[in-house]
Amino acid sequence: MFENFDLQKAIFGRLTLESLPFHEPILVVTFLGVLIGGAAVVGAITYFKLWGYLWHEWFTSVDHKRIGVMYIVLGLVMLLRGFADAIMMRAQQAIAFNGSEGYLPAHHFDQIFTAHGVIMIFFVAMPLVTGLMNFVVPLQIGARDVAFPFLNNFSFWMTVSGAVLVMASLFVGEFARTGWLAYPPLSNYAYSPDVGVDYYIWALQIAGVGTLLSGVNLIATIVKMRAPGMSLMKMPIFTWTSLCTNILIVAAFPVLTGVLVLLSLDRYVGMNFFTNDFGGNPMMYVNLIWIWGHPEVYILVLPAFGVFSEVTATFSGKRLFGYTSMVYATVVITILSYLVWLHHFFTMGSGASVNSFFGITTMIISIPTGAKLFNWLFTMYRGRIRFEVPMMWTVAFMLTFVIGGMTGVLLAVPPADFVLHNSLFLIAHFHNVIIGGVVFGMFAGITYWFPKAMGFKLDPFWGKMSFWFWVVGFYFAFMPLYVLGLMGITRRLRVFDDPSLQIWFIIAAFGAFLIALGIGSFLVQIVVSIKNREKLRDTTGDPWNARTLEWSTSSPPPVYNFAFTPVVYDHDAWWDMKAHGYKRPLSGFKPIHMPKNTGAGIILAGLALVTGFALIWYIWWLAAVGFIALIATAIGHTFNYNRSFNIPTQQIAETELERTQLLQSAGA
Amino acid sequence: MKRFRIVALLPLLALLGGCNAVVLNPSGDIAIQQRDLVIISTILMLLIIIPVMALTVWFAWHYRQSNTSAQYEPEWSHSTHLELIIWSAPLLIIICLGAVTWMATHMLDPYRPISRTSPGVTVAEAKKPPLNVQVVALDWKWLFIYPDYGIATVNEMAAPVDQPINFKISASSVMNAFYVPALAGMVYAMPGMQTQLHAVINKAGTFKGFSANYSGAGFSEMRFNFLGVDQAGFDKWVADVKASGGGNLGRTEYLDLERPSEAVPVKKFATVDPQLFHLILNMCVQPGKMCTHEMAAIDAKGGLGLAGAYNVQSIEYDKFARRGSDPVVKKAYVASVCTKAAPMGMDVQAAAVTPVSSAPLTGAGLPRPSMFQSFAPKPSNS
Repeated sequence: MFENFDLQKAIFGRLTLESLPFHEPILVVTFLGVLIGGAAVVGAITYFKLWGYLWHEWFTSVDHKRIGVMYIVLGLVMLLRGFADAIMMRAQQAIAFNGSEGYLPAHHFDQIFTAHGVIMIFFVAMPLVTGLMNFVVPLQIGARDVAFPFLNNFSFWMTVSGAVLVMASLFVGEFARTGWLAYPPLSNYAYSPDVGVDYYIWALQIAGVGTLLSGVNLIATIVKMRAPGMSLMKMPIFTWTSLCTNILIVAAFPVLTGVLVLLSLDRYVGMNFFTNDFGGNPMMYVNLIWIWGHPEVYILVLPAFGVFSEVTATFSGKRLFGYTSMVYATVVITILSYLVWLHHFFTMGSGASVNSFFGITTMIISIPTGAKLFNWLFTMYRGRIRFEVPMMWTVAFMLTFVIGGMTGVLLAVPPADFVLHNSLFLIAHFHNVIIGGVVFGMFAGITYWFPKAMGFKLDPFWGKMSFWFWVVGFYFAFMPLYVLGLMGITRRLRVFDDPSLQIWFIIAAFGAFLIALGIGSFLVQIVVSIKNREKLRDTTGDPWNARTLEWSTSSPPPVYNFAFTPVVYDHDAWWDMKAHGYKRPLSGFKPIHMPKNTGAGIILAGLALVTGFALIWYIWWLAAVGFIALIATAIGHTFNYNRSFNIPTQQIAETELERTQLLQSAGA
Repeated sequence: MKRFRIVALLPLLALLGGCNAVVLNPSGDIAIQQRDLVIISTILMLLIIIPVMALTVWFAWHYRQSNTSAQYEPEWSHSTHLELIIWSAPLLIIICLGAVTWMATHMLDPYRPISRTSPGVTVAEAKKPPLNVQVVALDWKWLFIYPDYGIATVNEMAAPVDQPINFKISASSVMNAFYVPALAGMVYAMPGMQTQLHAVINKAGTFKGFSANYSGAGFSEMRFNFLGVDQAGFDKWVADVKASGGGNLGRTEYLDLERPSEAVPVKKFATVDPQLFHLILNMCVQPGKMCTHEMAAIDAKGGLGLAGAYNVQSIEYDKFARRGSDPVVKKAYVASVCTKAAPMGMDVQAAAVTPVSSAPLTGAGLPRPSMFQSFAPKPSNS
């Protein structure tokens, strides 16, 4: 009996049948749903014989456009999970009054709010942002791919592995019950001995590798691969914000990796960086995680700012107002974002001078941000604004984001923060800037660049439905939280004692329901658009009469993006080309050297996933095997010299001829 | 113009007043000043936010495509004058707000002893010595120690109106934040560390206090009542606590109290170990454990050298991890060195004693014992 027990532990670590949550009816139903849905998808793929297509054309693809699209698909899928968490929280908080415990026990509720935060930031916002950058940046700078195409594929799959680990925690074991930043001592072994925090650590570590490498990749791409003539001050604003974001990623993510390594050392080998005993100091964790965490906010929002700049200029039919000051504002925000982290914990007793310093640096960020807003405003001024869906998102952003910015500056005043910190006012604030800024920006960006990626526009009717549900839902969901914050209600509460609060939570839950309709409309929009793709087809490659280089090529672009590398004279390069009567070259093609697809990325990420899972469950042999296999595969891959091929002139000529015919048939 | 906007805000404030927005309508002088700052900052920012919102709507409407009468200048993209305005207008507001912030942050620093008990009444004029309260955030309840009176309470505290209160705040296991919105802003309560808060309550009444930082399963019900009472009421409250028959709160009782529990009713202790807060802060309530201030003093003198590495004891009891889970590594702590009271060095006997029952913890919100039951030491094994 005793020996059996030991053997089981040696093989399975702490993984047992009881780790499967059969006793949680909500999870069992979810699991069955996922199982049936998953089986349907797998069945459909098999039935339509799509596995080969998916593997060769997508999973192993090193084409930045396809990787970008896959990132966005990942982000949207995880949005559904993260939003399911949100709606469960809203429902719990709307009913847990008058002695009712609601329907979620603390054990479940605490996992939900942790998972919601982690998923929304790391596996929704990050993939959406990275996906857009991946898709757009090489096209905008006239490049044929990113600097390191294989690395790009590997980065994507590492992000997927992290997401898979988080999803696995739903059905195997549990997720962290610590809040999304897992402050010790609560996240340390003494108070969270279960697998939850380990899932958190390894999901973020694995996804973090992907994020960091994709940051390196995009910086190298932007710095080294711009088309001739595109000096830094002729880069499109979206490329500028991408550059700054990736610099932030490269500078900030190692801090996250480092702090999580320290936490792992505490948890796995009994070190004492953040314990209470042995001179450990949990506040060091709080400092380090926010030194990553605050730049992270700008990592997310800067590309959204970039999207709004492109969209405003395009749909106002007008040159962007104050390009130079826009660039400087972006750079100033990038630098300042490293000087404000302490505002996340004014209330930990840092002293008045330290608090004032960080409070004032925080306020200073609002100056370049304000300048950006004015620049968009004066881009609209004397423009001729077409209210297509991306522009609607932009105007909604401008109106919503200023409210979030205002409450943000308010929270930067330390004595005001003392009464509002950790309250629902804070929750309302950061959802106001993240939904109002990042999410609106991503929807604007997706709608804007969808025809470029897919060759047809998204259906505008369902786009507008989605827009209105989202925007109205946002106000219903978060304005009550501002009020509740002023009533002194703190975050992460599972039950309430004051019945007068209930109405506000019900309004917020109604808002969440409207947002659900918004997400639903978005999915309907995609289906409807695919159905009506012939009607929505973009034959010109420039459906919005836009301004930057990506619109000079076909929709979707050929695998090599540009038959000839364009020469750039202005930051609105395509607008400039159109104004000067640019003619597509129709002959004189040369073979194009392109990278080959490879399965190494998905295999490496799969091995990382196995290693992570084994470490979470203390299955030491498997962790060792997985890690050795990971290193061996990585080394093995370096011996693969057959990594590129030439697209023959003939094929390019055919592709370009097809486009010529298409353009002629469209009458362009 | 400016007056107009403030007027426009009034119905909003009234609406909030109607729903008991305690942050905007507090009862302590510090919280009132913080509230004032919230409102001043908001008004300062609205000076720029409202024009921006209005312009956004107006431009979006006026320059719509269908309005062909609107001016259209597709190449107009620079204006030095406008650039100057759009950078300097926010800058001016931030300069004002920054100055206000610098002053207010220093004046309302929670570590700074208050200088007035209410507007116009200095502390010297109030002629009341400060009331000392030691606050300890436990899993999941609040312990209040009144060193001046030698009493302690759980989940209820009282203070006389218009008397300065000096809080010293710590925690037993994880981070919490001590927050009574009606009284003053929040301050974190962290184990092994002491934070401070200086405040005063100006109105009698029962106010809500709670933890404002998530700390685990029982967090939602980690609430207490803060009673603002007159001097006679306070004396009566102290007498009640002393007469409550709650007994003494010593080290053993504290270790029992420290165990995780949820939605704990008010408890009163007639007497309290005067060293208790000091021991909690230095994490050495458990006998045989070296206090962190001793550790720091030894380290400051160069440490114990290699001998120090052997002076550790394995922790037999810890609130969560030692119950029913199998640690990868055994946790240890530094054992105390010899003192006059314990001349033989660490009290090994005492250290080995598990102070309270090690039966698995149960309760709403706590992990079900079945979750990782297979790792619970089987009775036959142990």
